[in-house]
Amino acid sequence: MTGDKDGNVADTPPKDEAAAGAPAVQDPAPPVQDPAPAVQDTVPLVELTDVSKFYGNIRALEEVSLQVHAGEITCVLGDNGAGKSTLIKIVAGLHQHDTGTFRINGEEARLASPREALDRGIATVYQDLAVVPLMPVWRNFFLGSEPTKGRGPFARLDVESMRRTTHSELLRMGIDLRDVDQPIGTLSGGERQCVAIARAVYFGAKVLVLDEPTAALGVKQSGVVLKYVAAARDAGLGVVLITHNPHHAYLVGDRFVLLKRGTMAGSHRKDGLELDELTRQMSGGSELEQLSHELERAPVPQHLQ
Amino acid sequence: MTAAPTPTPSGAPGATEENATTQAGGTAGSGGAGKTAGSDERLVHRPLLQRLLGRPELGAVVGAVAVFVVFSVVAESFLRASSLSTVLYASSTLGIMAVPVALLMIGGEFDLSTGVMVTTSSLVSSMFSYQMTANVWVGVGVSLLVTLGIGLFNGYMLVRTKLPSFIITLGTFLMLTGLNLGLTKLISGTVSTKTISDMEGFASAKALFASELSIGPVGIQVTVVWWLGLVVLATWLLLRTKAGNWIFAVGGGQHTARAVGVPVARTKIGLYLGVALGAWISGQHLLFNYDVVQSGEGVGNELIYIAAAVIGGCLLTGGYGSAVGAAVGAFIFGMTSKGIVYAQWEPDWFKFFLGAMLLVAVLLNAYIRKRAEANR
Repeated sequence: MTGDKDGNVADTPPKDEAAAGAPAVQDPAPPVQDPAPAVQDTVPLVELTDVSKFYGNIRALEEVSLQVHAGEITCVLGDNGAGKSTLIKIVAGLHQHDTGTFRINGEEARLASPREALDRGIATVYQDLAVVPLMPVWRNFFLGSEPTKGRGPFARLDVESMRRTTHSELLRMGIDLRDVDQPIGTLSGGERQCVAIARAVYFGAKVLVLDEPTAALGVKQSGVVLKYVAAARDAGLGVVLITHNPHHAYLVGDRFVLLKRGTMAGSHRKDGLELDELTRQMSGGSELEQLSHELERAPVPQHLQ
Repeated sequence: MTAAPTPTPSGAPGATEENATTQAGGTAGSGGAGKTAGSDERLVHRPLLQRLLGRPELGAVVGAVAVFVVFSVVAESFLRASSLSTVLYASSTLGIMAVPVALLMIGGEFDLSTGVMVTTSSLVSSMFSYQMTANVWVGVGVSLLVTLGIGLFNGYMLVRTKLPSFIITLGTFLMLTGLNLGLTKLISGTVSTKTISDMEGFASAKALFASELSIGPVGIQVTVVWWLGLVVLATWLLLRTKAGNWIFAVGGGQHTARAVGVPVARTKIGLYLGVALGAWISGQHLLFNYDVVQSGEGVGNELIYIAAAVIGGCLLTGGYGSAVGAAVGAFIFGMTSKGIVYAQWEPDWFKFFLGAMLLVAVLLNAYIRKRAEANR
């Protein structure tokens, strides 16, 4: 909270603007330009150093390091079972790491619950459980952080402002809802992800953790979601993007961490990394080559001849 | 249909000029120009019929009207004020429990121990007062603590063990059934409690839990007031408070709720405490209405409460339903149980009608919800 403020003046927490109703930064351009030169000197928003996690005698994660800076997207790539979920669960406060250090703004941290993570500015959007499908959009938007008016036993939801805010915040993300009262389950997958991202941004998250936001989406929908991920980055948030799609990662990422069977297979910055190289490493490189040979040579089964 | 992603050149959820206008319009609220006001207008003009179709209690209301019409036709005496008062009384004794049970089901859990918990509550109240020769209000207070304790046990076991609530409360149900009989026999020597009507405080307690209020020529049981009060309280809780939002969330998506910081365990325990509170009110009514309590009573009622909640539009899987619906469900039960008597039908058929009605109501609810969601 304290460390990075000086370095990133442009990163006014969105929450404050929303509350005040008058954005502090009038010019849309600066947030994009500023962070790049500044980040190198600042403390990372989130930093994992040689973090390991064991489930009983199973090693889920071993000595993984990761940095998240304001205004940057850190991509975590890996195949199924590579430890991606374990990694984000540690950052999100669902699990605690066993060894290594986990720093938030330079302070060593150990998050006991998702609530604590949220309070420290880390919001996580999960692939399949981003929203409660049967609940109206506006109730979903404010779930867990509902504004109330009145006091004591008469404290009640500020329904009007909740509806209005939901509508205007989604409009800012380009989603024009006819009716914020409709169950969120009636929105498309991409829109639901966007609602979840908009929610995190609105509530002043400094770090946004996205778990496979494009996994179940088509090409166009993925594009829409990636655009909002980039928008969140431009607003000065640090983003952790978990994915197994190197193409999506390469489009938006600044840093890339590759996981393989619970260990770190590589850590790169965007400069000096080609998409082909990322794809090759990600998909297991030589393993893929071998697979392609096997597929070429595969004899046609008898009964199909 | 639901959204048209418009190109956002700046795309930033951060600060832009345009956003400033939108927000200013939003916060000013009173008919300010701009997109926000325009969309609010569209909300107002959402067709009434569609809004009604979206309500969970619609099926129950339709069913209640149908049942009411049927008995009005087949039973002459059904429409008399005294008959309606009896129907309301029967509905209220069920409804006092159906409402908190509905809340619990919206929260995604079951409670099979509710029927016997009502009996336990009245037994504790009666026997404590009698054995200690205390003012009955002391017994009523002790009973409240014990009943809330049972609710706390159910809730705590649930969140700690993460077992299905069906199993946990089935256990509580069986244990309470045994305890009710066993302890009553041990303490009173018989399967029913001793009379406490001559004890101090009985009259005032009876006034609160089991009196009859006269409105003009008609007598209305005080339980009807309790029932309606609970419906209002529960509806307000569900729709206008944080806790209500959390109840829908823990029932509709427990893991999502937890991930966004909803206190899932506290919400669920709170729901079980609510059910216990209902059981306490119900139990005290039982005691002060009949003076003595049969320790074997209450078995099977838990399913009636659940049925009323389901007829009222609660989903078995949680996350959807309403308190008003559960009250209407209880009203259907009340009308049917008394209507059969007024129509001079064989009362043995009562359960059959209820079962058939439950199935019809559930099918109707499912159909309506499908239509409502398709129409959007």
